[in-house]
This record gives sequence, structure tokens and C-alpha cells, in this order.
Amino acid sequence: MLLRHTSDKEIERKALTINPAKTCQPIGAMYAALGIHGCLPHSHGSQGCCSYHRSALTRHFKEPVMASTSSFSEGSSVFGGSANLTAAIETIFSVYSPDIVAVHTTCLSETIGDDLTQIVSKAKEEGKIPDGKTVIFCNTPSYVGTHITGYSNQLSAFIKFFSTATPKKKNVVNLAAGWMEPSDMREIKRLAATMEARTILFPDMSDVLDCPLTGKFVMYPPGGTSLADMTATGDSKFTIGLGAYATEDACVKLENKCKVRFEVIEIPIGLKATDRFIVALSRHANLPIPDDITEERGRLVDLIADNSKYFYGKRVALFGDPDTLIPLTEFLLTLDMKPVYIVTGTPGKHFDESMKDLLNEKVPEAKFMSGERADMFRMHQWIKQEPVDLLIGNTYGKYIARDENIPFVRLGFPITDRPGHNFFPNVGYTGATNLTLKILHGLLEHKDRTCPEEKVEFQM
Amino acid sequence: MIDEKDKVRSTEEVISTLKIFRDEVVKKYPKKVARKRAKAIVQSDAGAPPEIQANVRTVPGIITQRGCTYAGCKGVVLGPTRDIINITHGPIGCGFYSWLTRRNQTKPEAPEDPNFITYCFSTDMQDSNIVFGGEEKLKQAIREAYELFHPKTIAIFSTCPVGLIGDDVHRVARHMKEELGGGINIFGFSCEGYRGVSQSAGHHIANNGLFKNLIGRDDTVRGSLKYRVNLLGEYNIGGDAFELERVFEKCGINLIATFSGNSTIQKFENAHTADLNMVMCHRSINYVAEMMETAFGIPWIKVQPIGAASTAKMLRKIAQYFGDPELVDRVEKVIEEEMLAVKEAAEQARKRTVGKTVMLFVGGSRAHHYQDLFEELGMTTLAAGYEFGHRDDYEGRRVIPTIQIDADSRNIEEISVSKDETRYNPRKTEEELKALEQQGMEFNEYHGLMTQMEKGALVIDDLSHHEMDKLIEFYHPDVFCAGIKEKFCVQKMGIPLKQLHNYDAGGPYAGFQGAINFYRDIEMIVGASIWKEIKAPWESEEYVEATFAF
Repeated sequence: MLLRHTSDKEIERKALTINPAKTCQPIGAMYAALGIHGCLPHSHGSQGCCSYHRSALTRHFKEPVMASTSSFSEGSSVFGGSANLTAAIETIFSVYSPDIVAVHTTCLSETIGDDLTQIVSKAKEEGKIPDGKTVIFCNTPSYVGTHITGYSNQLSAFIKFFSTATPKKKNVVNLAAGWMEPSDMREIKRLAATMEARTILFPDMSDVLDCPLTGKFVMYPPGGTSLADMTATGDSKFTIGLGAYATEDACVKLENKCKVRFEVIEIPIGLKATDRFIVALSRHANLPIPDDITEERGRLVDLIADNSKYFYGKRVALFGDPDTLIPLTEFLLTLDMKPVYIVTGTPGKHFDESMKDLLNEKVPEAKFMSGERADMFRMHQWIKQEPVDLLIGNTYGKYIARDENIPFVRLGFPITDRPGHNFFPNVGYTGATNLTLKILHGLLEHKDRTCPEEKVEFQM
Repeated sequence: MIDEKDKVRSTEEVISTLKIFRDEVVKKYPKKVARKRAKAIVQSDAGAPPEIQANVRTVPGIITQRGCTYAGCKGVVLGPTRDIINITHGPIGCGFYSWLTRRNQTKPEAPEDPNFITYCFSTDMQDSNIVFGGEEKLKQAIREAYELFHPKTIAIFSTCPVGLIGDDVHRVARHMKEELGGGINIFGFSCEGYRGVSQSAGHHIANNGLFKNLIGRDDTVRGSLKYRVNLLGEYNIGGDAFELERVFEKCGINLIATFSGNSTIQKFENAHTADLNMVMCHRSINYVAEMMETAFGIPWIKVQPIGAASTAKMLRKIAQYFGDPELVDRVEKVIEEEMLAVKEAAEQARKRTVGKTVMLFVGGSRAHHYQDLFEELGMTTLAAGYEFGHRDDYEGRRVIPTIQIDADSRNIEEISVSKDETRYNPRKTEEELKALEQQGMEFNEYHGLMTQMEKGALVIDDLSHHEMDKLIEFYHPDVFCAGIKEKFCVQKMGIPLKQLHNYDAGGPYAGFQGAINFYRDIEMIVGASIWKEIKAPWESEEYVEATFAF
């Protein structure tokens, strides 16, 4: 057994987190910053933070992930990291020539109390920041919130530093993307294009973390929200935030700064969340929904209807990020499955309330938990107490899946042991189709391999 | 060094331009940075290795391969041991990123034997812990870990904020050891990420901890009394330790402890009952070897069982050390037997690999050791360097007395070790050691990476992304070896990258079987068809001309 020490006996834990369903803020800021064109994320802390984050992102995306670090030493930890950041800014612009440097803090620089506003403005005064180049920053203390918080803080920084309102509003809808795959962003742009809606998607990791092999390494790939677009978000007439945890703060900040009204909906994972996205976009872009989209939806409904007997009543455990888990839980209910165990390390009431609303009637026995010590160890203990038919989550789930002999669908971050998540989206009707098939294949593969010989079916 | 007949015809041409490379590459840096980086780029000369700048701070803003002290201590040295609960004291990230990411394989002997490698334990510090201190939370976390798992050993690893807020993990360890009782061993590491200039500081801190808290706690002499050795600096990535265990067993060599691939705490506690220490990764573990020699009288030799010939060399050294004809014969027999398959595999691979070039930028020993394997494949190393090596890893231990200790190294605790009063027992007399030295054995010696490299080849310490980019642009090596952060940058340029931290899910690469695996993997990547398909047919000139003609 891989997790041989996990038993069904829970104890009341107050301090120890075991097998977390989250990681720390700065990696979220780094990921988000990669979605702005020509931007180099910069980690203001020890070298290890930057190295760990780049490694984790690279293992997931299997793509270059470029970022720099302030390389703190013991001296900088005592005297502050101002000299390190100033030196870093000079070196970065001279060697790596980004248009934008997006600095985020770490637990180290936060504990010391480095004042980024002051350090960066001093660097500007001293001419360390070349004309036309920008250094932005956000605070991402690792001891508050999770990687999702860091992602959200980076998005808010984009608003703070770039979004500008001119007297003229444009007929454009901003789409603030929560933590999702580049393939998901590509799909969202495709849906918007099908609807002929004028949108600005930010951040946008497509064509950044899913680049072709050309024989050339490009430090700043063609994708990413352009600086012009990011600035223009202040002139859009509306913002749709996709995922409350990752985007709501940015939406609020944009409204306060540039009077752009907003609505926050779920990341369009599954049938109903996609319906809401399409309706919201149609309403705010003031455009009809084309038949093509209705047909896509119809094909998904057809697929689910044809296979509903395989989903009905199946018990599912899922873990990951709240913005993903909420619509995913809803989708599992659409499939008539039973999401029984749901954990996220990211704290917040919205998750608990959404789960209550979704599950109270349909799956009253469901257990869900968020925040500190809402970890995979706990979920595994629940599974030991009463088993499930399917597990959905990042690669760390495979250890539970193997021990408990349950089918496993990979979804979330990080997925380190399989490629393809930057090709096949999880959002939109296409994404829901992909998800439905993944779940179905998982369940049927498992049945084919484990059922008695006389029960092996040639056909569905 | 590479066999004369395998040399690429143009090696000398290539090398003659390397000087130009250095000037070109530092151009882009700000002046001060350029001056600093120039000292870390030298041309190798095995006869008289030039001085290289190493183990100094990375310039802020430089995109470096390096990680932190915590990574070196928890991730590298203590990570591979299966029956210890490693609690990361800090915010969640550090524990998360070092969870199963180094491919340290381990094989418990029985289904009920402890194995915590698949688990991640963290105190998950919150802002209130930063403000009011985290010691109480750490104590409670240890209580909970004990209640749930009843481990025999718990280690605590400090992350950056811990040192700053003044949490004393050592005091907590002592307190909890007493509170829980029952012989549980609990100890802490002050391995905050900002200490030192790279992972290397973490290795040193881990070594000190191993010696203070584990080595020598159990005097029971287990197993055969003959040929008792320890292997130091082997971390069982991709199963390397399994292969070396197999080879030792076949030779009748009694492996007491491996630090720390496929290891258990008991093996560490028992390590001082061995009669010879073999240092594989000099950078990460030479401190333990030194301390064990001083305290217990166990001599150490440097070995590099990466590459079939080097593995054979290691076995012969062991046989020579013990000087027993029975062992000498058995070792020769094993080598002969193993080399049959090795030679066959090498011949097969060499059809595609001879004359090809390679660059290695990784770790603190791998950039050296893997040159052996490439030489066996007839591939020339054009450039190499470490991520966190010191000058002695490049120039040899002879330079140690001349290395200036800077502020960053001074921060790391040096523990003073003296002869163990009851257990110091020199395994060989002065005369015996002298006699062995006359026969060509070398004790306490490592000659460094540069002695193996072609004269004029480039050696670069702490390679930056910019320098890597330039190296590839200038020299188009056939294979580039580095880690995950570099992998896809290099491959976008159309050059296969072999990861020498995690082996791209391959391995083992140590020992004889490992050499065979490596030959095959390199043959596979240099010959992979896909690299010839990067350009679409319509992107080629012929196609464009043909289209116009049509």
C-alpha cells in the first residue's frame, strides 16, 4: 500500500496538515503573471521559492516557465531585500528585456516587511526601469490563503497598475479568467468568437503555456493579454468574473477604479455552468446565441442521456480548488452522480455555502470541508470509512486511487504524470464532453478489468 | 576522458571558439554582473585546473537553476528515508513542493513496515503563527503525528519565516521528545531557505544533523562481519540504489547503510559499524564521511558508480581495500559477467551516439559522473558545470585550504567532532593505508570535474538561462543535460534534454544495469525521429521554390 498508514480513524487535528489540497500564494501570482504578454514574473524572496514554483508549473504544463528571483541571502533577511530587488530590476531589464516585471512577495519578504511601493518607486527614480517598461507588484504572503489567493492578488494588481478609464466606454466585455488551463482559455475565446462578442480575456495563458515546437525558444511567447488590452479593460462596459475565489477581488477593484460593472459566475465547467456563462455573455455583449452553440450543447446532452445509467448514483470524492469544485459538483449532480466527499485547502465561506445549496437535498450524506486541515489525508480517511466509485483531483490522487482500487480522473493542479491538459479543455460544452468521456472511460475501464469474466460486456 | 578514436573531428575547432564565447556571453550583463559572471566561466585544463568562482551568491534577477537550503536539507538528504516523519514547519508551500517530486524510490521489506515517503506533513503556518510565534502549533503537530502514526523518529525542517520570527525548533524537539517519551527520537534542522547561497548549505546542515542525531546510536553488529561498507551520497532516484544493492550483494559486499537512498533510520544508526565509507556525491555528503573518519576511524574513498567502467573500478577499489583474494576473485567474476550485457548494449547504442556532443549542467556531482557514461557512448562533453558545487568539486580537494570562507558559508554551523572515546577504531593502520596508497588507492581525495574534461572545454558554475541560451546558439550540442526548469526551453530549440535530476521517469542509471538503461535512453533521444519533423514541408525552401515553379 502506498498510503499504508492512513486508517479510517479520524482524530481531532488542530495543527498538522497531511497531504494538502492546496499550495502557497506566490505560485498563483507567478502563474497569473505568465498570462500577460511580455511579462516576467519575479519572486521577491529566497531562490528556492522561484525554483519550486517554476518546477511545479513546468511539471504540469510541460512548457518553459520563465521567472526570476531576488535570491535573498541571510544578510538580506536581516537588512531587508531592497538592495536585492533593485539589483534584480537592473539585471532583468538588461539581460532578459521584458516589457513588464511582475514582482510578488513571499513569506520571507513579507515577514521582514519589505515595502515594495517604496523600493520600486526608488528604482524608478534612479532610472533602473527603462522608459516604456513597467514594474508592477503585489503582496502574496504564503501564510495567508493559498495559491488561489495569490492568483487573485496578481489579477488585482493588473487592475491596479494597468486598467484605465477614458471618457469613452467601449462595447467590450471583460472576461476575468479564474485558475484554469490554457486549453480552457482557448475554448472560452472560441465560444466568444462564435458568438461574435468583443471580449478581453485576462489573464490569458493560451499561446504562452501551450506553444508549438519551432526550433526556437521564445522568452515571451506570442500569447498573453496585451498591455493595450489590459489597459483597455477600464473602458469595457462590463466584466464577467469566472470563479469567485480567483476573480471577484479584481472585478470589484475594476469597478471601483473604472466604473465597470461586473458579475461573478462559476468557471464554466459542466452543462449548467456553461449555460450560465453563455447567457451572461449573450446578455452583456447584447448578442443572440448562435445555433452552433445550441447544437454543441445538444450533442453534450445527447451523450449524457445515452449513458446516464453508468453515472446514476455513483459515489464520487473530489478535491482541488473551490472555483473548480463548485461547478464540478454541480455537473456531477447533472450526471446523477453523488459527490459525497469534497475538500479544498482554500478557505472561504462561498465554498461551504455553495456546497450546502447544491448538496443539502440531493446528497444529504455528503461531507465537505475547506481551509486549514481540509486535506487529502482526511478525504482518504472518509473513503476508508465508506468507499467511493470514483476519485477526481490532481496527480496526488493516484496514490489513493491505487490503494483503494477506484477509478481516477485527473483534474486540477498539478497534473504531473499525464500530458494533454493543455490540449483538451474542461470548460464549455466541449470541456463538459471531455469530462463526461473521461469519467465514463474511467468507470468502464475499471469495470472491464475487475468484474467477473462472465460479466465482461462486448457492447454498451 | 573520451577515447581518442571517438573524438569528434571538429573538437579542436569548437574549443578554439570557446574563449570568444565567454566574452560574447557576458556582454549583455550590467558591468558589475559581467565581471562577476566572467569568473565563473573558465576553460578546463586537466593538467592544471584553473581557478573557478563557485559557491557564491547568485546575482539577483539572474534566472538561475538553484534552489534553497531547505530543498538541500529536507528534499535531498533526509527526503529519501522512509521510516521518518518529516514535518515542514512553515507555510504550506515548502512541504507541498518537496512532496514526491524527487523520485526517491523506496522498498519497505514487509507490508507493515513504515513508509512515510508518500506523505506530506506541514504545520501550515498562518498569519497568526507568524505574529504570535509557531512553537505551540509545532508541538501540537508533533503530538498529532505521534497519535496518528506512532513513528520512531520525527524531524522538523525550518522554512524562511521560522528563523525570522525566532521559533526554536531544537527546543521544541527536545521538549516533545521528553513529553512523548518511549524512546522516540525528535530533532530539528535550521535549514531556512535564505541560509547559504544554494541547496549546498542545506546538505551541510543535514549532514550535521545526521551525525549529531542518528549515526552511532546503535552498536549492534548486523549481518556478516566481512566487507562492511557504507555508500554516501546516493539517493535512489529512479532506483539507482536498488541496482547498486544488487551489485554489492552479488559480490558479497555487505552494504550497511546508504545515505540515503532506500534507507531506514536503523541503518543510519548502525552505519558506524562499517569498515569503509564510499562517497558518491561528494558535494552533498563529504561532511559525514569526514566526521565518521574522525569519530570512528572509518576511512573514506571517492567512488562514482555511474558508468559501467566506473562501477567496475569502484568494485575493484573495495576488493583492494579489504585485500581478500576471495573478494578480489568474486568481484572480477561479477564484472566479467555483467560486462557481457553492457558491451552488447554499448555496441548497439554507439552506432548512433559516437561523435555526438553533450553539455551537462546539473547538481553537485552529476555533471561530472555522467561524463563517464557519455564517454562510454563515444560522446564528447563540450561544456559542463554544477548548480551548487564548490571549488573543490571542480578543481579537486587540494584547493580546500585556499578557499576563502565568506559570510554565507560562515553562517552554517561547523560542528566539532573528536575521536569517540570507546568506539574509535582505526580500520587500517597507518602502514596499511600507506601500502594501499602505494598500490594506487586514494583516501580522502576527490580530483573534481575538471580533471576529466578535455583541455579547453567550457566549465561554467551556476549557469544562467541567458548563458544556456547562448551555449546552445553557439554550439548546438546533440544532447543537453539539466533539470525540469530547463527541459522545455532547450527542447523548444530542437535539442533533446535529458534530465539528470529525475531522469525523465527513467533509470536506474547507476551500476551495470543502469549503464545499459542509459545507453538505450540516449540512443533513443539522439535518434528520435520527431526532431527531423520540426519544420512543416511547406516551410522548407525547396517547397517554396517548387510552388513558385508550379
